[in-house]
Amino acid sequence: MNDLMVIAPILLPLMTLILCLGLEMSGKRTGMVSLISVGVTLAVATGLVMRVASGGTLTMAVGGWQPPFGIVIVADLLAALMVWISAFVVLAVMVYGVKGRGHGHQSGHAQVLIQGLLLGVNGSFLTGDLFNLYVWFEVMLISSFVLMVREKGIKQLGGGLIYVILNLLASAMFLCGAGMLYGELGTLNFADMAVKLSAVDDPAFVNTTGSLLFVAFAAKAGLFPFFFWLPASYHRADPALSALFAGLLTKVGVYALLRTFSLVFTDANGFSSDIILYISMATMIVGVLGAVAQYNVRRLLAFHIISQIGYMVAGIAIGTPLALASVIFYTLHHIAVKTCLFLVGGVLEMRTGSPDIRTHGGFYKTDPWLAVGFLIPALSLGGIPPLSGFWAKLNLMQAGVDTKEWLFIGVGLGVGILTLFSMVKIWNESFWKDAPEGMERNSLWPGKPYAAIFGFCCLTLVFSFYGKFVFGLCEDAADALHDPRVYIESVMGGEDK
Amino acid sequence: MKSHLLLVASRFLSWPFFILSIWILYRGHNLPGGGFIGGLVGASGFLFYDLSGYGRPKQGFFSLKPFSFLTAGLGTAVLSGLPGLLAGKGFMTAFWLPGFKLPLLGSVHLGTPLVFDIGVYLTVIGFILLLADTLAEEEKL
Repeated sequence: MNDLMVIAPILLPLMTLILCLGLEMSGKRTGMVSLISVGVTLAVATGLVMRVASGGTLTMAVGGWQPPFGIVIVADLLAALMVWISAFVVLAVMVYGVKGRGHGHQSGHAQVLIQGLLLGVNGSFLTGDLFNLYVWFEVMLISSFVLMVREKGIKQLGGGLIYVILNLLASAMFLCGAGMLYGELGTLNFADMAVKLSAVDDPAFVNTTGSLLFVAFAAKAGLFPFFFWLPASYHRADPALSALFAGLLTKVGVYALLRTFSLVFTDANGFSSDIILYISMATMIVGVLGAVAQYNVRRLLAFHIISQIGYMVAGIAIGTPLALASVIFYTLHHIAVKTCLFLVGGVLEMRTGSPDIRTHGGFYKTDPWLAVGFLIPALSLGGIPPLSGFWAKLNLMQAGVDTKEWLFIGVGLGVGILTLFSMVKIWNESFWKDAPEGMERNSLWPGKPYAAIFGFCCLTLVFSFYGKFVFGLCEDAADALHDPRVYIESVMGGEDK
Repeated sequence: MKSHLLLVASRFLSWPFFILSIWILYRGHNLPGGGFIGGLVGASGFLFYDLSGYGRPKQGFFSLKPFSFLTAGLGTAVLSGLPGLLAGKGFMTAFWLPGFKLPLLGSVHLGTPLVFDIGVYLTVIGFILLLADTLAEEEKL
């Protein structure tokens, strides 16, 4: 049973995907099956987090081929936490309701593709092999690309095209980096690479391959200067789907950076990581300035993702245990908050028929609960105590103080104020001011948008008021990251099985 | 362009190609071949009908839809991994039946990797047929 739990977050979406394909062929609805399956995945992920938190990292050698020869599935605490939050996000977005175009073959395979997305995301979190990570990235990319263009409008197609081209370019770089690594080290297993790379005394090689992988993951994460695809594509997809993308896709890039640059390409292995901090600061500034200039609600939020990704990667660059713990906490908090804001943005767009917040107004009066549902994540994102964003930023700043990165602290605080400013902008325009003449108010589409938004608000409040407990988990995960030997031993120690 | 000649020929070509593809699929474990190449050859049996311009038959084996192959193929591939899990080992751990001898084929080894290959084979057929269907649809526009 031990092994089953490690691979269940991958197998469940895969089997549901196949089941949904079969159901669609016979013209049946797939929504309920898909929803139940994600619910089960969430339950399994909860169990996985609890087991890993108490009993340490779980691994499984696929096909019985022991590392470093076979592919290993590794569930350490970081991976388990990420799997948990992604199952939560997918579940909430399904409750929110993805617009379907009928059922059977007319459904546009929405449920199949969402399961494919969850499969790719969970696979990326759980794999212990660099090339396998590439494969999961592709699963994720294909699913999200098809989801993005399934409305078949020219706008969606344009956004999707930018998205797929830039991501394919990043994938090509990833593949080059992986190929070079394999050529030199003869292995792609993370743990084995970490061991073998420490014996390689060739800074040119380490920095070249490290930079190739960095650029590939940076493009997925939306770091400066590789973020162009993100604000060009996210706001064009269906609201529920764009919330799904906003919550999950870039964070997989952050996870890959966190994993690779804390384990394989470390300073101890001869990788010069100084530039990462500067790139992340540029990302923070450019992202938030883009957000301040926007009036399209979901586009504004999309720029915010970039700026917040900057904070996370800055934490990776600082690299102390406290910084890594706050990166993990920041990622969890940001996934909850940002998905929720996209869902609220989707409701605003649906109700008014326009994404431009200047044409909105008066939602505070007509939908007070929606206003609360916006206020909690928005204030949290802006870093107002006692919400989760405050704890995330506080700990990150503390890590900055410890390592005397004064420039980073200045940038981080300044960007925090601008973040709050742009949230206030949405609040003023959409909620606070009186409704302009002739603003439409459409009724909502089927689904339960408020239930999903409520769920995320609860999660944000849990992160805020049980912050100590959640941060404790993140600290344990970060300790394991900061000392690569823990990971290496738990993967390579399984040889005698 | 419709070719009646090719339509008639398809009836005689499609089955041999299909049988050949199964042989390629089977020998693939130790020799060149396997699920992917077998699937490509098997799909070409279907594509003769498409090339003739008359489309695939309305009934019989060659009328099966791409999504049936895709679903069956993915399902088979996942099923082939489950015995390993049930035995408490890694997902996709190989299990083999004891080998035996058959005329023509020589010594026969059957096991879960072959089941996985069958899954790949069916998925590839489904994928190629879906591709062909989509391209043919564009042509009509």
